[in-house]
Amino acid sequence: MSDHESTYVPKTGIEKWLDERLPIIRFGADYMALPTPRNLNYWWTFGAILTLCLVVQIATGIVLAMHYTPNTELAFDSVERIMRDVPGGWLIRYVHANGASMFFIAVYIHMFRGLYYGSYKQPREMIWILGCVIFFLLIATAFLGYVLPWGQMSYWGAEVITNLIGAIPVIGEPILIWLRGGPAIDNATLNRFFSLHYLLPFAIAGVVFLHLWALHQVGQSNPVGILMPKDSRSKDYLPFHPYFTVKDGFAIILFLMLFAVFVFYNPNALGHADNYIEANPLQTPAHIVPEWYMLPFYAILRAIPDKFGGVVAMFAAIGVLFILPWLDTSRVRSMRYRPTMKKLFVIFVVVCLGLGWCGAQLPDANVIPGIGGGFTLFDGDINTYLWLTRVLTAYYFLFFLVLMPWVGLKETPLAVPASISEPVLTGETEQKG
Amino acid sequence: MTDQVVHDGDGDPNRRDFIHIAAGAAAVGAGAACVWPLINQMNPAADTVALASIDFDLTKVSEGSQVVIRWQGKPVFVRYRTAEEIQEAEQTPLSALKDPQADADRVKAGHDQYLVVVGSCTHLGCVPTFGTGDYGGWFCPCHGSHYDTSGRIRKGPAPKNLVVPDYEYLSDTSIRIG
Amino acid sequence: MTSTLTKRVAAGLFAAVALMGAGAAQAEGGALHPRNVNFSFEGPFGTFDQGQLQRGYRVYEQVCSACHSMNLMAYRMLGQEGGPFYDEHHEAARNPYVAAIAAQIEVPDTDTETGEPITRPATPADHFRAPFPNATAAAFANGGAAPPDLSVITKARHGGAEYVYSILTGYRDAPDGLRINPGQHYNPYMNGDMSPFWEGDEHHVPPGGFIAMAPPLVAGAVTYDDGTEPTVDQMAQDVAAFLAWAGDMHQVERKRTGFAVLIYLLLFGIITWFSYKKIWRDVGH
Repeated sequence: MSDHESTYVPKTGIEKWLDERLPIIRFGADYMALPTPRNLNYWWTFGAILTLCLVVQIATGIVLAMHYTPNTELAFDSVERIMRDVPGGWLIRYVHANGASMFFIAVYIHMFRGLYYGSYKQPREMIWILGCVIFFLLIATAFLGYVLPWGQMSYWGAEVITNLIGAIPVIGEPILIWLRGGPAIDNATLNRFFSLHYLLPFAIAGVVFLHLWALHQVGQSNPVGILMPKDSRSKDYLPFHPYFTVKDGFAIILFLMLFAVFVFYNPNALGHADNYIEANPLQTPAHIVPEWYMLPFYAILRAIPDKFGGVVAMFAAIGVLFILPWLDTSRVRSMRYRPTMKKLFVIFVVVCLGLGWCGAQLPDANVIPGIGGGFTLFDGDINTYLWLTRVLTAYYFLFFLVLMPWVGLKETPLAVPASISEPVLTGETEQKG
Repeated sequence: MTDQVVHDGDGDPNRRDFIHIAAGAAAVGAGAACVWPLINQMNPAADTVALASIDFDLTKVSEGSQVVIRWQGKPVFVRYRTAEEIQEAEQTPLSALKDPQADADRVKAGHDQYLVVVGSCTHLGCVPTFGTGDYGGWFCPCHGSHYDTSGRIRKGPAPKNLVVPDYEYLSDTSIRIG
Repeated sequence: MTSTLTKRVAAGLFAAVALMGAGAAQAEGGALHPRNVNFSFEGPFGTFDQGQLQRGYRVYEQVCSACHSMNLMAYRMLGQEGGPFYDEHHEAARNPYVAAIAAQIEVPDTDTETGEPITRPATPADHFRAPFPNATAAAFANGGAAPPDLSVITKARHGGAEYVYSILTGYRDAPDGLRINPGQHYNPYMNGDMSPFWEGDEHHVPPGGFIAMAPPLVAGAVTYDDGTEPTVDQMAQDVAAFLAWAGDMHQVERKRTGFAVLIYLLLFGIITWFSYKKIWRDVGH
């Protein structure tokens, strides 16, 4: 918290000299000494994991850009040249490609954690909103990056996603042409996507700085969800270092092991085979799907029979996150003490995974095979992914727009402890998070 | 500092505010003028806009099939329709259509066997596959739009018919697109 | 409380990953799942069989390369570590076997004095000669369907090397009631949808799709130096192994590095765990 007193004492003459002019060591030392709620569990380590992901993506991305050629004639071959001829290039490229997936695994867990423990609630609204901005920038960056290898999925993904903008009435078409730099996805598009893909991660880093600034202003949330004592010497706090650096470090090592299994043993498992076919503007692959981390939003897009309506629903699915702090009417932060909301939350997690699954299926395919041509509702058989997606989409929005405000007013939460040391001392503790 | 306040106080308060607002507005204008070229550069470049037209020899298409050519970076379907397909397209009542347009308005008079359309699904731009779907025209694999033998949208999320590009007949067997 | 939630979410994530895998498999359409082959390079410790890679290259060179390019391959790659003609006494670009293989092939070039187009014997640094000058020419010479480049074919198809093997050995006579257009062949392992061409029972549409390539392998099409009998099955396995190597030639190195990385992370993790325990020893939490 920003109001905790600085404990840094410059030791040498040089440190003292520097501290009077540019207190950068003090800044770092105070950061490390930050009073942190002692009961943070492993779900809280994903912040550090995400910082690592950003650093890994920027570092590998910068060196990949030294070999990549953003030209429609050369892009595909230049990526494969990195894989074959550049010393260790296969490693850097596979780390970057799988790093995107790892980034999203971590960011989704981080977001679900924030949702479960009410980390978006007063006074942390700005942290949450800045987090939503980061998430949006992350999706944009990942989309732009996926276009660069210029495979079939790159090209058709770019075609479909830019066409979403064309769905906006009146101004959509001119914006679409402006964005692509021509009537179709072509060299101009690839060039600017490369430029923006290089730029956006630094914008993300900037917003991450604001995200942390806001975090240090109000202090971290915690699993119990109560406001922390003002006195930073309270035994509810532990200094960030060494307690949480080592905890985050341990979690990072576990995460890196998962990362390594993908990079070294299944480097293409999270990608799509069609992206190893060079882009062909005259032929769409039989079954186009976005990367796994976009699938829930893609499913929502397809759930709506109207083109513009689908685009609105998809953006609303992200947009609703921004106003979440004002949709939740509960006075209790942590869902640990909200039994009804906790059940609805578990359903919500399943619904999000279900939407992801539906996004990978053909909309007309049967959910339960063998029972075809059954009951038709409006424009489709009820036993299709189309209808399953619609039901799940309905719950997605219902959860935020109806259940959040309504349950918060109606439910009776369990008794919330007065301080975090209370459950800690009485032994009613969680098992290692 | 205090001196300045006294001097400022001399003038008419409204006039004094105006000069600050005008200066601020000029700054905003200068900023906008600087940003505009940075935005404008993303519009299609001169070589991209130079509307390249292409000639196509219709004898390359056999009856009941289509040829796909590339024009302005997009696929264009040239389809030689069978008599049965033409009849089907012409007899469809306009009331059955999502984007009503008569078949006669989508081909050139006297050449109704040749249908020329831009091969981008009007939903999200995928290339529909030939001869499939419920209406015998095209079927878009991405999100399941069905087009009939006149390239008109019949079922699925696409809002419009396949676009007929500007083209003209140079002779009975040759067209110029663009 | 939280730990049960942890388990639930973890189980959910696991189920989702499994289901997405199932979804991807379903998305292949009506094709049969590729037949299983026990390739030597499978698994976390698998390596390529150099003899098989040499035979596979021979099949590619004598059969496939008549129509299929491998534009991302250079002859020198055949001699690099793990490659079919790797020799530890020679660096890849100076490998005499590779130089001899390249020298048999004429590649197009430009005369340095006159600027006229010429051909000359290839060197190890040259890329594989392409059978056609461009995709349009390739399509024109093959009835409209350009033979795909094979450089990364095993990465570009679900099933990888087993898919290639299955296609090559999977040609069948079309079942009665299936209309086949001239220049097309039926293959149950090919992606496609046969329902528009099927006149039989609509619930029993035959699996697979049409392929423009005629069955390319006949027994004895290639002579093997090492005495292996060149059956269709053997040649298909060998060329599939060669293509798997060509598409992902650093995979053995990759898996070896991965093993070292995981062992390191494991030890690092154990040390950090004890460090964590020690730091948190006096803190109830």
